[in-house]
Amino acid sequence: MTPATDARLLLLNPADNCLVACCALVAGETLLIDGEPVTLPRPVGMAHKLARRALAVGDKVLRYGAVIGSVQRPIARGEHIHTDNLGSDYLPTYTLQDGSKYVLTSHD
Amino acid sequence: MPTLTGFPRADGRKGIRNVVAVAYLVECAHFVAHEVTLAFRGEPVHLVGFPGCYPNAYADKVMRRLLTHPNVGAVLLVSLGCESFDKRGLEAEVAASGRPVYTLTIQERGGTRKTLNEGIEWVRWALAELDTQPRVPMRWDELVVATVCGGSDGTSGITANPAVGRAFDTLIARGAACIFEETGELVGCEFHMQRRAATPELGDEIVRCVAKAARYYETLGHGSFAPGNADGGLTTQEEKSLGAYAKSGDSPISGLIKPGDIPPTGGLYLLDVVPDGEVRFGFPNISDNAEIVELIACGAHLTLFTTGRGSVVGSAISPVIKVCANPDTYDRLADDMDVNAGRILRGDATLDQVGAEIVALVHDVGHGRETASEALGHREFILTYKAFEPIGPSCLPVRQATRAMPPLSSTRATP
Repeated sequence: MTPATDARLLLLNPADNCLVACCALVAGETLLIDGEPVTLPRPVGMAHKLARRALAVGDKVLRYGAVIGSVQRPIARGEHIHTDNLGSDYLPTYTLQDGSKYVLTSHD
Repeated sequence: MPTLTGFPRADGRKGIRNVVAVAYLVECAHFVAHEVTLAFRGEPVHLVGFPGCYPNAYADKVMRRLLTHPNVGAVLLVSLGCESFDKRGLEAEVAASGRPVYTLTIQERGGTRKTLNEGIEWVRWALAELDTQPRVPMRWDELVVATVCGGSDGTSGITANPAVGRAFDTLIARGAACIFEETGELVGCEFHMQRRAATPELGDEIVRCVAKAARYYETLGHGSFAPGNADGGLTTQEEKSLGAYAKSGDSPISGLIKPGDIPPTGGLYLLDVVPDGEVRFGFPNISDNAEIVELIACGAHLTLFTTGRGSVVGSAISPVIKVCANPDTYDRLADDMDVNAGRILRGDATLDQVGAEIVALVHDVGHGRETASEALGHREFILTYKAFEPIGPSCLPVRQATRAMPPLSSTRATP
């Protein structure tokens, strides 16, 4: 039997190294990932991703069993995966900084 | 399985709506055409058009397809008079399709007021004509259903998109043609799609088509990734792509088409929306409605629109069914939504249940039930400049065995 993972986390494909939050999760919350308790270092919004296991720079993140980009900064188990630590292998990602400034995401 | 009903057209297709289309042929005629439609608020009188004064073969083809679309029953063309649009060719095309068509040229009619009055009078006549047309039985294999996503977030790819994919599988099993699109939003999915292609040659075409999209967007410096996507939990273009790709379901891919190409049989089709050749006219589709218009030009009777962040748009000509992926968004924008796929995230429904709900709604909307955006009066429309080469010989491997695409009469060769 697969080790238990919190019901609020969705594993879309068995090969994935990220999990998707079904609802907003707060920092400091402890939940089970693959049978082991993890305390969330950062909040994770609904439908945002967190690391199923620790990830190193250059690792590929898998979702739906497919690559969605490369890790740019080390990511701890249970940590939010987003534009500050994951980059596209195809095209740059633009975001709104402070809700107004349209900027290219930088990992430098 | 319940049947559908539609309005029969001379080319053999059937429409699920009977719309009077009022079309402006240059931006300079837009206001007058719009004023005509304002006299018919709440009635099926829809505004479409092309704003450019310079000729464009793509716009010409899309306008011809839209104004001979099965959901259109009659057409009023509004021209300024000095624009380059081939209005006589368009008028002849619509007339040959058996539809009432009338052209008003503002410079000849004597200006705004006279054109407006005559236009209103003609539309009133056309509505009365269409009112006498009965619905007849329509088979599922006569139906063309499209899908797009807009305002995507991290929920789109786990609720609404796969639910539409389930609905597509059911509709295709019933014989319908289903179209998914935005090759720029499928960057990263090309090799998954290649494996699903009906023939190896079609698979190669799909890979080339996505490579073209990636090149095009690279030149422009942007993918189809908007800041709201990141707020909603999506991080990269390929992550967004994989979520969008879930709308296509699990059926084999029968063909690769371009705007204005009509699927020759039932089955699943990929619409290539990225122009051919060097980057010329800017972004391939500047907003979601540009994609919806192209899907309608491919004969789509209705569009399944999935949204996570919450889009409110509808469309001229063909109804839009909005499938909301995010339960919080649904709570805020319920009036604008038709289906709450966010229930899946709260454990209140399964993907199969929501997929079946979408198919049932397609049936009801096919019979005339208003969608949320129709009831609110949404009729967005946009058409801009593009350039395409015709599809290659490997793109429609099933064409020979089946009904031919209705031909367009000779389209002017334009840049």
